[in-house]
Amino acid sequence: MSRPMETLFEASRAGRVGYALPPLDVPGVDCGEALQGACRENAPRLPEMAEVDVIRHFTGLSRMNYSVDEGFYPLGSCTMKYNPKINEAAARMPGFSRIHPLQPEETVQGALELMYILSDMLAEITGMDAVTLQPAAGAHGEQTGLMMIKAWHESRGDTKRTKIIVPDSAHGTNPASASVTGFDAVEVASDEEGMVDLEALRALMDDTVAGLMLTNPNTLGIFEKHILELTETVHRGGGLVYYDGANANAIMGKARPGDMGFDVLHLNLHKTFSTPHGGGGPGSGAVGVKAELEPFLPAPVIVKKGYRFGLERLKDRPRSIGRVRSFFGNFGVLVRAYTYIRTLGAAGIVEASEMAVLNANYLAKKLSSLYPLAHKGWCMHEFVLNGGPLKHETGVSSLDVAKALIDAGYHPPTVYFPLIVPEALMVEPTETESRETLDRFAEAMEAIAAKARKEGPEAFHDLPVTTPVSRPDETTAARNPILRWQFDENS
Amino acid sequence: MSRYIPATAEERRRMLEYLGADSMDTLFSGIPEKVRQKNPPRLPDPLSEPEMVRDLRVLAGRNRNADDLPCFLGAGVYDHFIPAAVDSIVSRGEFTTSYTPYQPEVAQGTLQSIFQYQTMVCELTGMEISNASMYDGATAAAEAAVLAASSTKRKKILWGRNVNPQTREVLKTYCWSRNLEFGELPAENGRIDHAALEKMLAGGDTAALVVQSPNFFGNIEDLKTLGEAVHGAGGLFIVSTDLLALGILEAPGKLGADIVVGDGQSVGNPMNFGGPAFGFIAVNKPLMRKMPGRICGQTVDGKGRRTFVLTLQAREQHIRREKATSNICSNQNLCIVAASVYLSLMGPGGLRETGEQILAKTAYTVDQLEKTGKFRRAFNGVPSFRETVLLCDEPVADLNRRLLDAGIIGGYELEPEYPRLKNGWLVAVTENRTKEEIDRLAAVAGGDA
Repeated sequence: MSRPMETLFEASRAGRVGYALPPLDVPGVDCGEALQGACRENAPRLPEMAEVDVIRHFTGLSRMNYSVDEGFYPLGSCTMKYNPKINEAAARMPGFSRIHPLQPEETVQGALELMYILSDMLAEITGMDAVTLQPAAGAHGEQTGLMMIKAWHESRGDTKRTKIIVPDSAHGTNPASASVTGFDAVEVASDEEGMVDLEALRALMDDTVAGLMLTNPNTLGIFEKHILELTETVHRGGGLVYYDGANANAIMGKARPGDMGFDVLHLNLHKTFSTPHGGGGPGSGAVGVKAELEPFLPAPVIVKKGYRFGLERLKDRPRSIGRVRSFFGNFGVLVRAYTYIRTLGAAGIVEASEMAVLNANYLAKKLSSLYPLAHKGWCMHEFVLNGGPLKHETGVSSLDVAKALIDAGYHPPTVYFPLIVPEALMVEPTETESRETLDRFAEAMEAIAAKARKEGPEAFHDLPVTTPVSRPDETTAARNPILRWQFDENS
Repeated sequence: MSRYIPATAEERRRMLEYLGADSMDTLFSGIPEKVRQKNPPRLPDPLSEPEMVRDLRVLAGRNRNADDLPCFLGAGVYDHFIPAAVDSIVSRGEFTTSYTPYQPEVAQGTLQSIFQYQTMVCELTGMEISNASMYDGATAAAEAAVLAASSTKRKKILWGRNVNPQTREVLKTYCWSRNLEFGELPAENGRIDHAALEKMLAGGDTAALVVQSPNFFGNIEDLKTLGEAVHGAGGLFIVSTDLLALGILEAPGKLGADIVVGDGQSVGNPMNFGGPAFGFIAVNKPLMRKMPGRICGQTVDGKGRRTFVLTLQAREQHIRREKATSNICSNQNLCIVAASVYLSLMGPGGLRETGEQILAKTAYTVDQLEKTGKFRRAFNGVPSFRETVLLCDEPVADLNRRLLDAGIIGGYELEPEYPRLKNGWLVAVTENRTKEEIDRLAAVAGGDA
């Protein structure tokens, strides 16, 4: 990895250019006249650079990132599987990347067909009846799904349902999504096995509850054994059940949320369906629903009329919650997910989940002599290590372990999540890692634990040392925020 | 066996043996019998890479794309030129296949890119603080409306009918789900009707006014006056705009905007059938701690070296859970890297020159079309950028059909959404359109070709 780099603004030199436009081939106009005073007074201080400098700058930046293309990235709950290159080539085909979303339907039949088939395949994999591809991310999918739950209750004149139940082990987005759709989030406790406490749920369930949000397998990497009782409890109380697909990579071909009693779900195409994370996005949060919620899907909905594909718009769908994003969603991401599923087919999809689960159990067993596991029995695609005992014994925290892993050449697992496990280290190896990779990672974890016992926490405080920078002072960053480049006004 | 999975059959067998499991199914025994899937999903057969490429080519071939047809369609997505250097950078696996920068020591590339992007958005919008981006322009506007409602503790959001219809639909959805009220302002000569605005503001309960400029018709609004009006009524002023246009247009921050939002597709991102690109949102310091989404800040590491981190996370969902200002927990990162490369290549001069070419080419297009005698401007004496509304002497659907037959993607048909603009046609002209293409457009549209 390279060293810290100067910013674009430091690298900029007045007069340098990195572009060339063709000579203007029509009569020029006077900007001030044409814009009648709306013209910009001061030029924005954007960088002025030659193309070579721009390329070297961003290439240098890229080398300061760790990525799946570089190595093992066992970040729990994020499904950092390999992102196939054909998917990238597919999304860049001009027939996909160079089309306008408002072109006449007959000129974009291939794009509509691709989305139609992808929706169908996602519905089949999850056991749902209809899928929208409009939401741009997982959290956006949650919001969309909860809006449909809200609209469904409203359509029945049932306006007293203001609560969404969320397990205490849930991702932070769940309660946040509930509150941004106008619900109150209510927590339900986990039992000693880390599963939703069925009795606690029964006690919470009344006619003010709109629904339950559930991740299954849950954030401890285990399948809710009372899943049917959970969904039935909510249904009997008049609520709907939402499936957070964050962990769908564990169960493809093995169990379908639609068969477990879920009414609405989202999938993170950037997790389960191999589209790259891009350092934070773009992703896609496809949402699937059972037939009773289909009328509430965001518009437009892609439909097949004979051999043609078309759109049902908002005006033709009076019960739709409306639009949640412009146009059709992150289409380029959809092309990648389509390519992935078509490449794998049914056998490959099942194989992906099987290997994800095999790899997770293999690595969990390897590490179980170092850390207590937060689950008993088999895990699904991920597992949580309890870093509490090591911290208690040596003073070395899970954050220290994470930083030591960086020096060993790995991206660390997710730390301090789920909140119900002390010093949690959440590990998700995914199916695309080889046994050697898992073995070496286990050895690295062993070496770190040995170092902790031998040298104590002081030996960890300055880690990592192999990176361009070491641990940042986050307190100062928040207390005295510097959120943009400060130009030296005198220069 | 999948080519994306390294484990051989023998290795799988040995791993199962190590676990003391008889078969794969044993590992899934935690799934209750009743919900266990009996049959594999019904999906099409797997494809080898050559077969996959063929399948994709067939689908892509059923789309007519802007490499083959000159595109005069805009309405929120534009065919601007993108230098090859942009895709060269965003194709790098280090940017493409990394996660959100939660471990800053191994994500300085992404973090510094965000910090630089935030700076560029601040420079273009004239605002003090930008976040790391939003899903798109429409959701950015909706989040801004929510922010304004929470900040003013009022419930009513106003916007013009001349805000992009996609954005208005998303605003309505978000308002419904957040229990907010809204009102739509009519346009007068293609811009917000000031008299109507004054009347709607008179209630004193407006949280924010959302104004788009250049608006959906391409017209530039009188932001200063509109801002003064809404401020006078105690509301916030949200301006929705376009980053490329701000290379030539005055920064909304200088004209009274409290929140500036918009879509960033125009700077360095392909049309992609509408996504992905990104939305931006920028505010001034008073609203900093209410800003949704990721924000990157500068700090130092243990050795005093400049370091970038995600900051002000107390606002965000993974800390505040149900009390978070927004549930967004991603940014359109790769798309803002593309934008940053684009803006670095163009610089202030390139953006300005692009803006000037667009002004000239739009003016030329309108002139040529008017000369055919079949078109006239819908709005007179109003400045516009990149898009203009023309009224045609035939239904736009017929006109666009003829253009398509001649290999041209025509403009946006306004009448279904704006019935008063009979035969209204929204034509977009980017720097990518040549004189030859414009002449051909005018010839076909005028009936001479």
